[in-house]
Amino acid sequence: MANGTSAPFRGTPEQEQKLRNWLAEHKTMPGAAMPALQYAQEIYGYLPIEVQRIVAEELDMPLEEIYGVSTFYAQFSLNPKGQYKISVCLGTACYVKGSGKIYEKLQEKLGITGGECTPDGKFSLDACRCVGACGLAPVMTINDDVYGRLTGDELDEILAKY
Amino acid sequence: MFRCHVMVCGGTGCTSSGSAKIMEAFEREIAINGLDQEVKVIHTGCFGLCALGPIVVVYPEGCFYSRVKEEDVGEIVREHLLKGRPVTRLLYEETVDQDEIKSLSETNFYKKQHRVALRNCGVINPENIEEYIAFDGYRALGKVLTEMTPDEVIQTMLDSGLRGRGGAGFPTGLKWKFAAGNRGKVQKYVCCNADEGDPGAFMDRSVLEGDPHVVLEAMAIAAYAIGATQGYIYIRAEYPIAVQRLRIAIDQAREYGLLGNNIFGTDFCFDIDLKLGAGAFVCGEETALMTSIEGKRGEPRPRPPFPAVKGLFASPTILNNVETYANIPQIILNGPEWFASMGTEKSKGTKVFALGGKIHNTGLVEVPMGTTLREIVEEIGGGIPNGKKFKAAQTGGPSGGCIPASLIDTPIDYDNLIAIGTMMGSGGLIVMDEDTCMVDIAKFFLEFTVDESCGKCAPCRIGTRRLLELLEKITDGRGEMEDLDKIEELASFIKANSLCGLGQTAPNPVLSTLRYFRDEYIAHIKDKRCPAGVCKKLLQYRIDPVKCKGCTLCARTCPAGAIKGSVKNPHVIDQSKCIKCGACMEKCKFGAISKG
Repeated sequence: MANGTSAPFRGTPEQEQKLRNWLAEHKTMPGAAMPALQYAQEIYGYLPIEVQRIVAEELDMPLEEIYGVSTFYAQFSLNPKGQYKISVCLGTACYVKGSGKIYEKLQEKLGITGGECTPDGKFSLDACRCVGACGLAPVMTINDDVYGRLTGDELDEILAKY
Repeated sequence: MFRCHVMVCGGTGCTSSGSAKIMEAFEREIAINGLDQEVKVIHTGCFGLCALGPIVVVYPEGCFYSRVKEEDVGEIVREHLLKGRPVTRLLYEETVDQDEIKSLSETNFYKKQHRVALRNCGVINPENIEEYIAFDGYRALGKVLTEMTPDEVIQTMLDSGLRGRGGAGFPTGLKWKFAAGNRGKVQKYVCCNADEGDPGAFMDRSVLEGDPHVVLEAMAIAAYAIGATQGYIYIRAEYPIAVQRLRIAIDQAREYGLLGNNIFGTDFCFDIDLKLGAGAFVCGEETALMTSIEGKRGEPRPRPPFPAVKGLFASPTILNNVETYANIPQIILNGPEWFASMGTEKSKGTKVFALGGKIHNTGLVEVPMGTTLREIVEEIGGGIPNGKKFKAAQTGGPSGGCIPASLIDTPIDYDNLIAIGTMMGSGGLIVMDEDTCMVDIAKFFLEFTVDESCGKCAPCRIGTRRLLELLEKITDGRGEMEDLDKIEELASFIKANSLCGLGQTAPNPVLSTLRYFRDEYIAHIKDKRCPAGVCKKLLQYRIDPVKCKGCTLCARTCPAGAIKGSVKNPHVIDQSKCIKCGACMEKCKFGAISKG
């Protein structure tokens, strides 16, 4: 796992209360740990150890186990992400159509490697596996916006929108 | 009653190219023109021809508008919907024959297709249960609950010859039979594998987005057959539209009494919950998927015991793939003989393929088993763009292999694909042309499996990494001929000793490219050359002194300052400084720069 920038934890009491309420309500659900971490990440944007501790406490599970689940799945992030999350699809259809080059160009333009966040916290860059828009390959997403049929020449223009 | 229906595709492909805005524009324009009592706009699932998105189809004529832009909508409404004159210039060109408009089913893309699993995709509004019911929805469940015994249902599945569409092709009826013992005495589960992880595959996503109720209905049928009361759909979180439509579908089915207690007034009770994945490819493996539903790290377990005996929460469980389920209500309604009449001797029915890569008509196609690769690539897919040559098709994703041009006439079914060293997989079919390096593709898949190996067993965790290192050695130009023997030995070891399907199939992309494209490996090793011009370290950019006019553009473009030369004289690339970015070649106006 790339380290990226590690900002100090800035969770608010409101966030914590929201999470604890949810956990108390769903504690008895079979297999609660994953949905719990998904919800926690929705609130905080990532899963720092402080948040994992809350989940472990409320679900009455060892922190080790929660940490194990958090680090197993690619979508859980222990580091904060940028305000705008860029994901370049490196699925086969996109790769064959040159998404590897798009990924390289973005690393160059943003001055970070995959998995990292720009120092100002604006952009983070990741490679992802197939968003399922193979008809538009090569594809990248920035938060919920999808950009398809990329050639690499339009990247500056796209980044400038944010 | 509406005299006209406007179907706007709401699949992921078309949504990505802006179909939601198109839909809003239609509703706005229709209201402005006072047609809102006559024309209905429907958000549908995928039509399959994603390359031409956003797609809009207008019924009753069946006019197929492709690559529709927001600014085109006004014209379509005023001309077509108001005055009855289709806007020919915006129609998919293959449907226009001089002045006549042909039906979609006559176009090359749809002509050879036979839609069973995708029958409702692009036809109904997936967010409205009544539309599903109007197209025979939940009738199969009603028939099963009121007219058939659980054993008869299983026998029907066995007779149909349906095999699992997730990749391995295990007979569905047999799987159900193994889990059928002790009905009503023990807790059992029915699960749906919607963790479509193969890169380049999106069949299941389209079924879930376009026809979510078919999966719910089929799971209820399976639950009745084995005596389960609870179902789980494990779906990738990367598919937000599919997740949302499934949530709506489950709520509606509960509201209509088609999920929950005493379904159809019988004593059959069954409910379904969604479980979201979090980005782990290994969770597509059945035991890993179940471990993940339990909320743990998604690591596989040794089999036996098989899930039919001891699966989710240690109870008997059956797990089927989305596309498998999508076939089931039709088999119940039309009978197993109908299903078995399609396909080849041992592979019955149809298969959905996600056609992608270097091909004109990227999208989803459903064809009878036994259709040849040539028919799919050349006729349905419309061939390779830019006049390039077909080199290979990759099936089965990171577990599969490549079908070379020499085998393009192979009828595609489970057994034929295994025989030629690949596999059906879930249905991704990526077409590659002469610009694709097969060693690089093998490396690409190995990088994927190394990344996604869960690390539980050593053959997969360590073996795939060593295999990747050997491939990197070759693509970096450090390869030796004996590396090929090492690759083959290591590959067979990984296949034989890995714990789960991920490791057991991980070497396939390497073995299959080595089998059909050995000369490319040898070119990398002996000649230190990448014939397709992909592997960077083996590339050299050269300037043809005859074609070079000395315009200095390349020298000014080069980020490494590797190009020297004076005005109006041929330029030269200093190979020791060249970083092989290709910028010079892109910029040269005289075609004087080549790579190889």
